[in-house]
Amino acid sequence: MPDQLIFAMEVFLNGLMAGVLYALVALGFVLIYKASGIFNYAQGVMALFAAMTLVGIMNGQVPFAHLINATFGTHAHKFGWNIPAFLAILMTMAVMVLLAWAVQRFVMRHLVGQEPIILFMATIGLAYFLEGVADLMWGSEIKKLDVGLPQGINLWIDETTFNIFGYGFFIDNLDLVATVIAALLVTALVAFSQYTKQGRAMRAVADDHQAALSVGISLNFIWIMVWSVAGFVALVAGIMWGTKSGVQFSLSLIALKALPVLMLGGFTSIPGAIVGGLIIGVGEKLFEFAIGPLVGGATENWFAYVLALIFLVFRPQGLFGEKIIERV
Amino acid sequence: MKLKLATAALSALMAAGPALADLVIPDLSYRTGPYAAGGIPFSDGYNDYFTLLNERDGGIGGVPIRMVECETGYNTEKGVECYESTKGEGALVYQPLSTGITYQLIPKVTADDIPLHTMGYGRTSAKNGDVFSHTFNYPANYWDGASGAVNYLLEENGGDLSGKKIALVYHNSAYGKEPIRTLEELSKKHGFELVALPVDHPGQEQKSQWLQIRRDRPDYVLMWGWGVMNQVAVQEAANIRFPMENFIGIWWSGSENDVLPAGEAANGYKALTFHNVGTDFPVFDDLQTHVVDAGKAAGAGDQVGTVLYNRGLYAAVLAAEAIKKAQEISGNAEITPAEMRTGMEALEMTEAKMAELGLPNFGPTFSVSCENHGGDALVGVTQWDAANKTWTLISDFKQTDGEVIGALIDEDSAAYAAENNIEGRC
Repeated sequence: MPDQLIFAMEVFLNGLMAGVLYALVALGFVLIYKASGIFNYAQGVMALFAAMTLVGIMNGQVPFAHLINATFGTHAHKFGWNIPAFLAILMTMAVMVLLAWAVQRFVMRHLVGQEPIILFMATIGLAYFLEGVADLMWGSEIKKLDVGLPQGINLWIDETTFNIFGYGFFIDNLDLVATVIAALLVTALVAFSQYTKQGRAMRAVADDHQAALSVGISLNFIWIMVWSVAGFVALVAGIMWGTKSGVQFSLSLIALKALPVLMLGGFTSIPGAIVGGLIIGVGEKLFEFAIGPLVGGATENWFAYVLALIFLVFRPQGLFGEKIIERV
Repeated sequence: MKLKLATAALSALMAAGPALADLVIPDLSYRTGPYAAGGIPFSDGYNDYFTLLNERDGGIGGVPIRMVECETGYNTEKGVECYESTKGEGALVYQPLSTGITYQLIPKVTADDIPLHTMGYGRTSAKNGDVFSHTFNYPANYWDGASGAVNYLLEENGGDLSGKKIALVYHNSAYGKEPIRTLEELSKKHGFELVALPVDHPGQEQKSQWLQIRRDRPDYVLMWGWGVMNQVAVQEAANIRFPMENFIGIWWSGSENDVLPAGEAANGYKALTFHNVGTDFPVFDDLQTHVVDAGKAAGAGDQVGTVLYNRGLYAAVLAAEAIKKAQEISGNAEITPAEMRTGMEALEMTEAKMAELGLPNFGPTFSVSCENHGGDALVGVTQWDAANKTWTLISDFKQTDGEVIGALIDEDSAAYAAENNIEGRC
């Protein structure tokens, strides 16, 4: 088999893996949009906030230490204990539920029935507010995140492909773990959305706030639930991306990688987020591999959007989005 | 009543106006936003050294130093706003710590007659003082960095790089592209193959670049990165099992921030530098006593001795020495920005002077002149020890390729002079 074809296969597989990581971020957007019709600009910052909170709890860091020390002249930075990853994840999830409650109580509750653009603007404000709070709460330094996930080349795949093709493929163990987690997450979320009472209520709220209220669905409860689930997805995305690069403020920029996935997969489809992620991941990696060297490289960021736009031309609602029907 | 009002107005005016008895040093810092992890330690080091001079020596030449900090968030527009809002206070020198802000400030500082120091960043050809009258980039610039890396690899290979392959992983921006021209010239001169691999901002996803490195198997990888790009690159290099000792970053890719997230896997990674690392210098005892223990540190005191803290401290040392030189030349203790510029142009840093300051072998020896605003272009190499979480200087500060770099600087600065109708002044 020609070398270039073998290399392309390796790039294809890595594109699939990268796509799963993009999809993990996109899932959070889909959940909130599906439930409330809000494009949550703060989803990337939620991933950052969740990852910072997780590291802070694991390391026994005193929240708001700089503020406390500056105000009271103390020197408190650490509690002096470390918390195991699993327990810290549960505690972080509790913080994300608290955040969901606060968002509902202080922002969304006051905006029921408002235009989508108003709700979108509110999430922009929320993003900047959360970023500031995260900075104040946990500090700006880059933190190592280690929850025990494996990283580095998968030796089995390396050896197996070497025996077949004479060239060992590189697949990152972390990407494999992300794939398994994403598969479980999507299955659980689809089942929840389609087969549970709360899931159906969530979809009813998405269709019409007022109508949902009139049949006795509690908007407050649904929104807290949805923002909590989105917070959980943000935590998972934050763990995966934070393990790769350390937990730092650039983590919030991973949202940029989710936008073309959403455009392609549709804003309302959970499987769409996954399929969209895979198409974007594979498309951008193969384009960079085949065409990148001819045009100076660094094509991935813009090509992802070009690919999404091409799909948009033919399916404005995205591959799996609900068809837009306007009746006069 | 009128007298009271007039007195109040006069008091308010005096309070609002610049305090002429201070040496004003603005600190265009970024303590918030995506790049705060790099901005905080630099700013802490920059501030703490001036605080030390105030606390220990009563300022410089008997005049206290007043720091004016302005948050830029590493944003060019905000950086320019900070410049505009602080220059009226009698600012002696600006150190914006951003290439983007530097490019905006070069014409402004020239018009306002205020010197600009861009240490290891900014516009490389500003080394030509004949064209860039108010911009200084001593002791080293990006092109010195590129040449320093190649010189180091030449030493490692017995002076011969012919047939070797060197990959450059760079931030796909004006900053990241800076070394390409120099490396291209050096590849022709030394016979190595150069492969340039751009990484789009911010650099969280680099799988394509590192798969290509794994396929192409370059002998060495150089990196011009910043922010998250550095941490991801070090991790990806570890993932593909690229030998860390063959991976060298520019000085903006060589702080603790860049290697700690990868843990043990980052062991052996190297970075270029134009200053020493660690706290094993007498001045740090004084800093501990007069600044940190006295509760006067700019930050929490937890950054002391980190690479970027030391860089900020070194920038402050060079500014303080230029102030002393300016005071000496002008005969005034309370110098003006124009006199500061003259002092910077006459700056000479010797090993004896550095030892006297409590910083023996902390930085290269160099001198500045009207023609040469970039110093003597000496570059060293550091290496990361993951077990001890320390950087170590593993080479002396060595001369870079003046022949290649000089020609490129002449070409670029001549183009700038022609665009802006600047006549040589030296």
